[in-house]
Parts: sequence; C-alpha cells; structure tokens
Amino acid sequence: MAATLRELRGRIRSAESIKKITKAQELIATSRIAKAQARVQAARPYSIEITNMLSNLAAEAALDHPLLVPRVNPKRAGVLVVTSDRGLCGGYNANVLRLAEELIALLRSEGKTPVIYVIGRKALGYFSFRNWAITHSWVGISERPTYENAQEVADSLVAAFVAGADDDGDYPGADGILGVDELHIVFTEFRSMLSQTADARRIAPMEVEYVEGDHGPATLFSFEPDANTLFESLLPRYVATRIFSALLESAASESASRRRAMKAATDNADDLIKVLTLMSNRERQAQITQEISEIVGGANALADAVR
Amino acid sequence: MAELDVTIVAVERKIWSGKATFLFTRTTSGEIGILPRHIPLVARLVDDAMVRVEREGEEDLRIAVDGGYLSVTEAGVTILAESAEFESEINADSARADASSDDLRTAARGRARLRALGQLV
Repeated sequence: MAATLRELRGRIRSAESIKKITKAQELIATSRIAKAQARVQAARPYSIEITNMLSNLAAEAALDHPLLVPRVNPKRAGVLVVTSDRGLCGGYNANVLRLAEELIALLRSEGKTPVIYVIGRKALGYFSFRNWAITHSWVGISERPTYENAQEVADSLVAAFVAGADDDGDYPGADGILGVDELHIVFTEFRSMLSQTADARRIAPMEVEYVEGDHGPATLFSFEPDANTLFESLLPRYVATRIFSALLESAASESASRRRAMKAATDNADDLIKVLTLMSNRERQAQITQEISEIVGGANALADAVR
Repeated sequence: MAELDVTIVAVERKIWSGKATFLFTRTTSGEIGILPRHIPLVARLVDDAMVRVEREGEEDLRIAVDGGYLSVTEAGVTILAESAEFESEINADSARADASSDDLRTAARGRARLRALGQLV
C-alpha cells in the first residue's frame, strides 16, 4: 500500500513540473502575440501606401507585366506553405498542412504539377517524410520574420515565376530553368486572439487590390522614370510585401495557437494534480486508519491476554 | 506659409509624418526639391538616397532611405522605403564600413547613411 502512495506522489510531482513548463510557454506565447500583433499593425501603412501608388500607376502603365497576365496553359504551380518551426501549438500546423494538401490535390486535378516551397521545420518534416520533392525551404524564420526574410523568399519565387514563362510543360524552355506558371501561398490568417484560420491565396499572376471608389477627376501624375519602368520595379516589391504580411500574420497566429494549446495543457495538469492529490490523501488516510485499527486491535488482544 | 504633409513609411514601421516646408532628395533622374503645391509625381529614389525635410522653426530632418519611392499628390508627399534611418540613429563607423563594402546594396546603404550624416555629398 505504501508503494502506491509513493507512486501517487511521484505522479503529482511530474504533473507539477509539466505544469511549470506549459505555464512558462503560455506566458511567453502571450507576450509574443502582443509583439506580433504590433508588427502586423506597423506593417500596414506601407502596404496601404504601396497599393495606393500601384493604383495611381495602373491607370497610366501598360498592364502587360508578366506578373499580372495569367499564362495560357499553366502546367506547373508553385505552392508556398508557411508553418512553424516548433510544435506545441495545437492544430496550427495540422490546419495549414491539411489546406495545403487540398490545394495540391486541386492543382493536380486541374492537370498542374505542384512545386513545393516550404517555410518552417514542421512543413519540411511533413513533406520530406512523404518523399515529396521540396524545391526550396527556409527554416528558422517563422517566429520572428523580418522583411529581409520575406524578400529572400519573394525573390526566389518571382525568379521561378519569370523563368517559367518559356517552359513547355515539364521541359525547361530556352533559359534552361524549370520555373512555375502560378504561385500560391498557404498561411494562417490572424483574425483575432481566438480565431485563426488557414488560408490559401494566389500571389501570381496577381490581382492588385486597387483602391476602389470615386476619386473625382483623375490626378495627372508625372513619372520619373516612366510609368512602365516604375510599375515593373514596384510589382516584385508588392509580392514581397504580400509575403511579408502573410509571414507576420502566421507568426501572430502561431503564438496565439501556442498560447491556447499551452493554456489547455496547464489546465489539464491542474485537473490531474487535483485528482491525484485527492487519491493520495485518501490513500494516506486509509493507511492511518489501518495503523490505528492495528494498534487498537493489538491493545485489545493484549488486554484480553492479561485478563 | 503653405506647408507639405509628409509621410515616410518603411516596411516594418511608420518612420515619420508631419508638416514640412521643403523636402529634398534624389530620384533616378536627378536631384529634386519639393515645395508645397508641387505637381503630382511618382518617382523612384536612387539606391543611396537621403531625404532632407525642412521644417518651420525646427531643425532639418535627414533620413537615409533604402529602396525608396516618392509620391506627391495634392494631399501631400509620401515616401515608401524598404528601410529608413534617422540621422540620430546612424552609427557613423558601421556606415563607413558598409560604404566600402564590395556588395553593391550594402555599399549603397552605407553611402545613404553617410549622406544623412552630412559626411558625403
């Protein structure tokens, strides 16, 4: 009997140390959400202004940039999957990966070959375990993405897209590089503290979300250099900002998911400790009762013998 | 006196916004000074651009801008940058080291920062 009491105490101790870890993770995640949200906010003025500027330019420039025109016969589609580097964040990665699988299946059914790009160790592990060819991967940036990271990703994606212009099916064209005809991104949208949803979007050929509405008489801008050159140099940056904001949202979502998962784990550990403490108290009381009854029994036996 | 509304935004944060009397910088076509009621304009700044903002009754702001675009509308002036630093935030030594770098981008950034410090024309 004493062995089970010791066992119970051991289990309480281990539940307590798990609780300490999950509680610490929860607190860290909580402080990270605030920071990540602030970064999402701070990045917003730029994306508003760049959209404004593109809208102004779109009226003047020829809209035949390769990033804007859908290819006649798209054969290969790039998919960028954004996940976290670490686990312990509930269904965050599973949701993204499920959506990525769905998107890939959809692309396959449309007769396109998916080309996979991943961000985060979780997606890397997931796809390499399934022996899928991963074209490029970036790890170690998911929790605190910088604009340089986003730009690096955008550069290689845009390069692949541009290289895909002269491909003939699965054979590289004149440039000898096998590129892609479409680009998609799968990431997690941060709606609120409590709701984050996996989302898939097409980033190329892209639809610039022009500022809508009536502006009155159109402003006549002058351009330095000319409108087309400006437009062409701004578009890749626009792709980079889109990827950057997706990375920021994913980072915020990751922290929010981790906070929720760790809070649930802490609560579970609390419940477990409560149950185990009750059991161990009961066990201890049973031992005491038994000892008393043994003593009383012994004393009675002695008294009977004396008489 | 008429004033300009100036907004400078970098990718990761809004750098500065406020009133100015004159704004000076360099685009790919040459140096440009913007006074209130300038015609609408969209321009690309040079890689090693410095933006000088002159304000009434206050000291000039000098900002090193990397990968910048300039847009002037009736509403004011907006500068978009990949990154931007105030004169006061710049470390002269690291800027000088960057300016002599072999990497073209790093060198341009270093020159922009030196320009903001007034150590390079």
